[in-house]
Order: sequence, then structure tokens, then C-alpha cells
Amino acid sequence: MANIKVDGQLIDVPDYFTLMQAAEAAGAEIPRFCYHERLSVAGNCRMCLVEVKGGPPKPQASCAMAVKDLRPGPNGEPPEMFTNTPMVKKAREGVMEFLLINHPLDCPICDQGGECDLQDQAMAYGVDKNRFAENKRAVEDKYMGPLIKTAMNRCIHCTRCVRFTTEVAGISELGLLGRGEDAEITPYLERALTSELQGNVIDLCPVGALTSKPYAFAARPWELVKTESIDVMDAVGSNIRVDSRGREVMRILPRINEAINEEWISDKTRFVWDGLRSQRLDRPYVRTGGKLRPADWNEAFATIAAAVGKSRGNRIGAIAGDLAAVEEVYALRQLMRQLGSSNIDCRPAGSTLTTRYGRAGYVFNPGIAGIEQADAILIVGANPRREASVLNARIRKAWRATGVPVAVIGEAADLTYDYTHLGTGIDALAGLTREGAEGFAEALRNARHPLIIVGEAAISGQGGTDLLAMAASLAAPTAGAEWNGLAILHNAAGRVGALDVGFLPEKDWYDTAAMIEAAGAGDLDVLFLLGADEIDMSALGNTLVVYIGTHGDRGAHRADVILPGATYTEKSGTYVNTEGRAQMAARAVFPPGEAKEDWAILRALSAALGVPLAFNSLAQLRASLYGEFPHLSRLDAIAPSDYGQVKRLAKVPARPRQAKLASPVTDFYLTNPIARASAVMGECAQLAAGFRQAAE
Amino acid sequence: MLADKDRIFTNLYGQRDWRLEGARARGAWAGTADFVAQGRDWITNEVKASGLRGRGGAGFPTALKWSFMPKTSDGRPHYLVVNADESEPGTCKDREILRHDPHHLVEGCLLAGRAMDAHTAIIYVRGEFIRERQHLEQAVQEAYDARLIGKDNVHGWDFDIIVHHGAGAYICGEETALLESLEGKKGQPRLKPPFPAAMGVWGCPTTVNNVESIAVVPEILRRGGGWFAGFGRANNTGTKLFCVSGHVNTPATFEESMGLTFEELIETHCGGIRGGWDNLLAVIPGGSSVPCVPGEKMRHAVMDFDGLKEVGSSLGTAAVIVMDKQTDIIKAIWRLSAFYKHESCGQCTPCREGTGWMMRVMARMVEGRAQKREIDMLFEVTKQVEGHTICALGDAAAWPIQGLIRNFRHVIEERIDQYTYNSTTEGAVPSIAAE
Repeated sequence: MANIKVDGQLIDVPDYFTLMQAAEAAGAEIPRFCYHERLSVAGNCRMCLVEVKGGPPKPQASCAMAVKDLRPGPNGEPPEMFTNTPMVKKAREGVMEFLLINHPLDCPICDQGGECDLQDQAMAYGVDKNRFAENKRAVEDKYMGPLIKTAMNRCIHCTRCVRFTTEVAGISELGLLGRGEDAEITPYLERALTSELQGNVIDLCPVGALTSKPYAFAARPWELVKTESIDVMDAVGSNIRVDSRGREVMRILPRINEAINEEWISDKTRFVWDGLRSQRLDRPYVRTGGKLRPADWNEAFATIAAAVGKSRGNRIGAIAGDLAAVEEVYALRQLMRQLGSSNIDCRPAGSTLTTRYGRAGYVFNPGIAGIEQADAILIVGANPRREASVLNARIRKAWRATGVPVAVIGEAADLTYDYTHLGTGIDALAGLTREGAEGFAEALRNARHPLIIVGEAAISGQGGTDLLAMAASLAAPTAGAEWNGLAILHNAAGRVGALDVGFLPEKDWYDTAAMIEAAGAGDLDVLFLLGADEIDMSALGNTLVVYIGTHGDRGAHRADVILPGATYTEKSGTYVNTEGRAQMAARAVFPPGEAKEDWAILRALSAALGVPLAFNSLAQLRASLYGEFPHLSRLDAIAPSDYGQVKRLAKVPARPRQAKLASPVTDFYLTNPIARASAVMGECAQLAAGFRQAAE
Repeated sequence: MLADKDRIFTNLYGQRDWRLEGARARGAWAGTADFVAQGRDWITNEVKASGLRGRGGAGFPTALKWSFMPKTSDGRPHYLVVNADESEPGTCKDREILRHDPHHLVEGCLLAGRAMDAHTAIIYVRGEFIRERQHLEQAVQEAYDARLIGKDNVHGWDFDIIVHHGAGAYICGEETALLESLEGKKGQPRLKPPFPAAMGVWGCPTTVNNVESIAVVPEILRRGGGWFAGFGRANNTGTKLFCVSGHVNTPATFEESMGLTFEELIETHCGGIRGGWDNLLAVIPGGSSVPCVPGEKMRHAVMDFDGLKEVGSSLGTAAVIVMDKQTDIIKAIWRLSAFYKHESCGQCTPCREGTGWMMRVMARMVEGRAQKREIDMLFEVTKQVEGHTICALGDAAAWPIQGLIRNFRHVIEERIDQYTYNSTTEGAVPSIAAE
């Protein structure tokens, strides 16, 4: 700890604190543009200059100088810094004037207006008169792809975007070219950026140089209603803020959550909102004569009731999809119970995840923040860059900070960090446990905090349980109360929640594959799809398919009855992320047309089927849900899982097979119905496909 | 005038053999092994006794700079980096050393390296210096071949010298930008602290010295610090290479004792001012980055660090630019502004935005197309740049203009009046075009 006087106030701060941090600890605000706490220090905007005693006799950049860099006075007085002296005021006004002389001051037509650092700080430090009589600099706008709109005249060269892309996103596609006042931020070759996290530079840009292209000229920040919510594009559960105007979602921004997404979100999370408006199911449909036609709710329910009435419990099935919230999955489970069926499954992708080993067997046990503690990371059958981009950034952060050894079994993709590629099949996993194996195996053996990331897709099919057992055996030796290295990486936001409420078939009942088979064979009369689009729709035979969902996607095309539901921005719903952290998404706007919240649809349907569910409101549903699964009521917390189960899992005899492991996410931008309905995502996917082709 | 026997650089004009043999004949590489054997502290103390101040412009005591290097290595190697990126307009001293006396530098590197426990020296040569680099590389090779440096050399201190050729950016002469450039990055100055002595090239303790500072070290050790300290005034000791250019009768680079007056210097070596002393308008005494001094003030100024500080300027690199009354002083300073605008790296705000602004206002003032109040504004802008930037380029860009305004404000005002006077209903006619 070190003493320092800030504006005469003596405070005690750790000596590695920068002067800016010390000032903040003392309650003095320091303006800044280039400094960002999650990026390296550039010290180039010179806005944060302060006066110091015990250092050089000129203003110092407080973001770059540490408290320990200052010397105490001749009689041991603590060093002093001043944030409000005439010298500081003059320095800041000077810098502000320099920033503004070549800035276009086109705030009225700038999308950053109202949330612009330069605008705000010019109010505090700007002078009212312009002394600059020359022509302003003109800079050509750059093409950075379909997501980022540029207005490079506005750029103040803080290089936050360059530092973000190189440090966090791990691409070197942005840089500062040229010298002096001709320096320009550029993507070098006028090509779209290839990062899944590029949208974050829009938030980072302190001025309006980089703004959102899809949101261009759409709204002003002060006319938007801000709703704090949770993202469902992947299983990370990024914290987001949904900005809406009237009935429309206008944009999505990240919220800070150190444990999950820090302050980044992926491009799919950020730009998917145009998909919330198109291809929407806004009224019920019923198929007659092979064609879907609009119907009303009563008719739709009557059609289902007729089919269910003619059937028996074991000839009815239900599959919960990737985006389903816990509440509706719970309601559907109750409904199926009332109908006497246990043909229920929440694993449309066909994984063999099970609740037999408790939560430890299906969640990301060490937590996302735990990645930074890992001293060896093994990724099995997953491409975290595509399946959970923000989580991948966390792995990169750990790799950059500690140089933690990373190895991959499965597809050898560009993950933005270096790794050892151990092989593509399960046999490579077996090789790791062999006595005396060298290289990464040795690092893994010696690791105190090994992290075994297993993709959900790897735990599927015949070898799924074997693979999980082998992964568990790598994590088991160090598994304990404070570290449990078995980390299942899910790629669907609804999966962990559905597993938590036990949306799985009991013994001898149908799972997803069996249901599809039974449907094809005519052994299934009615199949409920709760937003499940990722199954083979062509194999469902003559079964009556009831699709409860939001978008006219694969499920709706096959459906015989469509019940229009609500997306994640249109309902209050609990989502459990891959760590097992329950979070609640909030309603920002209402569902379109006649669409309803999914739990309410199921409640109404249960009445129509003559087996009414025991709740009449969302509050009653939750009371019942929390009674059965109390951990879901503890929002934002992770219910501790039993590490003993990992040791049990490790003892399951496993036979390594020759099986190729691949990530289920081949196209990052098109993983769910909302993204597939988004024109922006479609454009991104096309571009990415072009890049892949060019690379091959 | 400095006696021939007291000259350190005896082949400044390239009339003799610059190679190893010639250098040896002129005294280089004599007794080097003894100096190396006497160790780190002895070398540093001798240099301290000589009072040598850095010859690159800032005049920081060289021995003190060396003493900032860690006393014991923490496992990281120490590096000596020699700044041969001599790009300051008006300065042409290091190139004479590089091409005509390179062995002084090579030997100096070994001795300075010993004084900071460095086994490697990197000489960063300016991009435009082609022949200089070739000579230096040849001299280094000769030293390797004669086992004067290298592994297991005759001096008993393993020492490597790497000659690195820059790409011709002025900013890479700034010590931390030079280190960035050495590391293969864009030449942009680093934030200090950490200082190079703690974290320099590749994160290792590094000292960056000017060519001349290093090249004089062998001779200081051979003749003793006291000998060197015998020249000039206290705290401003030694001999120094001066490069006089501009309106003198015989412009030259020469070695002279510090502490002479400007008049003595010019009369002795440069044949006087063109058109006589009454024709002297102004002098920039230390390379383009220092403020200019009016002729009458300069005539009796003492040519050393403190003497020039007294007249509101600085010795800098001792590159003396003399301007007689034919000079358009505003245009001359504008040209320097244009240089700094062109060479600003663009990293930090005041320099990036300020140099262009200053240059443009200066350009208008050359014509007289300005308001008189803009003179004060321009002065204020230079104050807004000065001291607010990461490196000293901002200061360097500001000082010439400050010197101009302080000393030649009346010239600017007359130019503005002239411009107004020449204007007609058709518009203003620039006074330059009317000439």
C-alpha cells in the first residue's frame, strides 16, 4: 500500500494503482478517451493529464503513471497529485481543443449523439469559441463489413478499436496507418473484419467514428426504453440491455457482468434484433388439405384436442428446443405428465447428456471466470469461438495473461490463440491418460487447475457416455470443493435449464431419436415441438406436429398446428447458462399479433385438453417451479454441484472408439430461428462463407 | 582554437584512413584491454570526472545515465543502444564519425558496454545514411576479425555489435521510438516510466546514447577524465563537434572546446558571417528544435549548455544554423513547422493535431494573411502542445515558433500590415508575389 495525496486528501491505495485509479479512489473524476480498463494502456489521448508533485514538472498522463512512480517529498511527505489546478485545467482544455479542431462537429447527424464521450467531455472541458481558421481534415470512410459503419472524419485516434481487435478479439485486421495528422484507423484492405466480437468496437469507440450499420439513423438513445435482460444466442448467458421503441427492439447492447461476459457480447447477440421482426408467427395456423391456413386459437386447440383425445400417453411426445425458457419447459413437462406421457426430451441435437450424475455431469463446473485460474486447458469436440465467442475471448485472455497451455481434440480451427492439436477423434483423448505421455499430457497431469472443456456435440451418439467418462477421469484427480475442472460447453441457451427441470424421458420412454423414429413408423400420434427446429423434420411421418414457436422456420414448415409464441425479448423467462447460473430475461416489448407467452399457451392448451395445469399465472407457475427446484429461484448465483459425481463418472468403464469429433456450429451466424430470420446475420454468414472458401 | 593534439576526432574530414589500421595509427584501440580490466565502476567514474554530458541534445550527464542501469543483472541481458539516427535538421556531426572515424564508436561501444554490464550493443543508423552504414559495418567487421570484439576477444569482455539500419523516420531518433522500431514495431514513442534503464529493448535494461557521447569515451579514458574536464566552463566541459551551416562564409563541421563565444567560433572556423556581423539576423544554435536567437544577442553568447540557456535557447546538438538579413525568418520557421508536421508520429493528440495547425497558421503568416491577434493565439497553441505530449517532438515543434514570436514579432506584424496595405478591391495581393 502507498500513501498519496489527491487534491489535498490523503488516501491509501495499492502502490501498483495508476494515478487515475488513485484519483477515482479519492472521488476525483478524470476525463479520458483512450484509456479503457480492459485494454492495454496507450496514453495517447492526453485527456487525463494531472499535475504531480514528486514527479516531472509537467502534466502527467494519469492513466499511465503508477503511484509508485512518484517520489515522496524531501522529508518523506507522500507524493501529491492535483486534478483541479489551473495547470490541469489548461492542459485538458488544450487537448479538448486539439481534438475538436479536426472533428467535424456533425453531432446532429451522428448516431453517437447523446451517448458520445467527446460530446459529454466537451461540455465540461470545451471552450465556446473556435480559434481554428483552417480547413478541417477529411478522411475517407472505410469499409469494415456489414456491421460497422465508419465516419472516419470523426475519429480521434484513441486506438481503442485497434487494441480491442488485437488483444481481445485476436485478429490483427485493424491498425493505425500513416503518420502525424494523416494517421488513419483502417482495416488495411477494405475487407470485412472476421471476428465474431467486432461489434464491441462500436461501444468502445468514444466518438461516432465506428457506429452500428444496421442501427444507422434508426433512433436516438434518449427515446429508447432500456430493458436489462439476458441473451439466448448461445449458452453463455451474456447480460444485455435491450433498447426498444414502441413495439420494436431497436438495438441490443452489453451489460457488464464480470463473471460472465465482462462487457463484451458477440455479434450474433448484438445484431440479431432485425430477426425479431421478420418471419414472425403472429397468429395460430392449422394445416388442412396439406396447406397451412390462419386459424384462431380455439380452432387450433380443438384440432390438437381431437388428436390427443384419440391417442394414448405413450403415443404422444414433446421436444424442447434451444431457446426455450425454464418456465415453459416446466409447464410442458407438467402437461405431458397430465397426459400420461414421459416421451419428453430437451436434447434435440441428440446428445446423451444425463442428470444421472447431478449437475456436475452437465454444467461448466469451473465457471467462466474460472477459466482465468486454469493452468491447462483441453478442448474436446468443441469450437468455442463459434459456439461461445465471449467465452472464447476469456480463454484467450487467460492464454495471453498466463500463457496457459491449450490443446484441442476435434476440429483444428482458428481459435485466436495457439494450441496443440492432439487429434480429431476420441482415441486422442485416450492417449492423454496413457502412462508417461509427454507434452500437453504432462502439463495436464501436473496441473492443479486443469480445465477440460467438452462440447455438447461430443457427448452424443454411441460413444457419448464413454467420452464424458474419459473427460471426467482427467478432471477427477483434482476435483474438489474449490476446483472442479469438468466443463461442459453447451451451445443452446435453454438446455441446462431444461435438464435442471428434468425434461428427459424416463427409462424405456422415447428420447428425441426414438421419437423421430416412432413418428416415422406411425407409432406416435402427436408431437409437441417447443421451438425445436434443429431436428430432421422430413422423418416425422404422419404424426400431428404441434409447433409452439416464434419464427416461420423448419418446425413451422412441417407443423400441422402452429401456436405463435414469444421470443426472449418478449417474455419474462429464466435461462440457465452453461455454468448452471440461473438468470432472468425480462420483457422489453410485446409479442406481435396474437402471439402469446409460451407458458400461457401451454396453460390454455392444457385446459382445452381437459387436463388443466395447476397454475393460473406466471407467479403461481414459478412458485410451483421453485418448490420443486429451489436453486432456480436464486438468480445470478450458481448452485454448487457435487464434485463427487465427477469422480463417480470417472469410474464408468469407457471404451475409446474411433469417432471424429466436430463442432455442431458450422455457421456461427445461423444457429437458431431468430438468427436465420435476420437479414444482417444472413449477410454475415454469406461473407463468412466467402472467407472460408477463399481460405480453402 | 582547439590545439590539434587535443582533438578526439582526427579524421573528421576523411582525409586519412578510416579503417582499423589508420584508426590504430591515430591512437584508437590502444590500452582498451586495461580499461576493460579496470571494470565497470572505474570507467563510469572516469566519465563522471570528465563531466561529459549527452551529445544528443538534452545534455543529460552520461555517467549518471549509465548509473541507472541495474547493478546486478536479474537474468535479463543489458543492452547498449547507440542512437545514430541523426535526423535533426542542421545536424551533421554523427555522420562524420560514422563514415570517417567509425572505430572511435566501435571502441566506445565496448567500453560503455563494459560500464553497464552489457554484452551487446545495437547501433541504430539513420535510414538515409548509406555510405555511413557501410563504413560502420566494415569497421565492426574489422573489429570482429581482429578479435577486438566478439566472443573470447582480446579484451576479455564478450561483446557483440549489431548495426541496424532504420527506415528514415525522424521520430525514430527519439529513444523509446527507436526501441520500438528496433523491435520491429511502428516507431512510436513509449510512455515513460518505465524508463529504458528499467525496461528497454525487448523489456531488458537498456541505455540509449548518442553516437558522439559514446565515441568520445575511449579518448576520455586514455587521457583521463580530468583532461576532458579541462575544456570549457564548469558543468559544460569537454570538446564538442559543432556543425555550422547557413550564412557564414565557410560552413563547416569541426571539433572545438566548449565555452567559446559564438563570435569566436564563427571567426575562427567559418570565416565570419556573410556580409559582416551587422548582417546577422538570427541564429538557431542547437539544431532545428531549439528557439532561434536574434543576432545581436547571439554574438557574445557562450556556446555551451548553460550559456545558450541564458539567451533563451539551448545547445541541443550544437548544430548552428546562421541566418543573415536576407532570410525570410518567418518562412524559415514555417519550413521547420512543416518538417515537424510531417514527422509527427500521430500517436498523441496535441502533437498530431497541433503541428498541422501551427504549420498552417505559419503558412498564412509567411504571406501576412493573418490577423495580428493570431500571433498570440499561435503562441498559446504552442504552449498547449509543449509539455503535453508523450515525447519531446511536441516541444521541438513548439520552440522554434515560440522563439520566432518572442524575438521577431515585429517582423510578423509588418508582414501582416504589408499584406493589408497591398490589398485592393480585387482582393489581397500577397507581398511575396509582389517581390
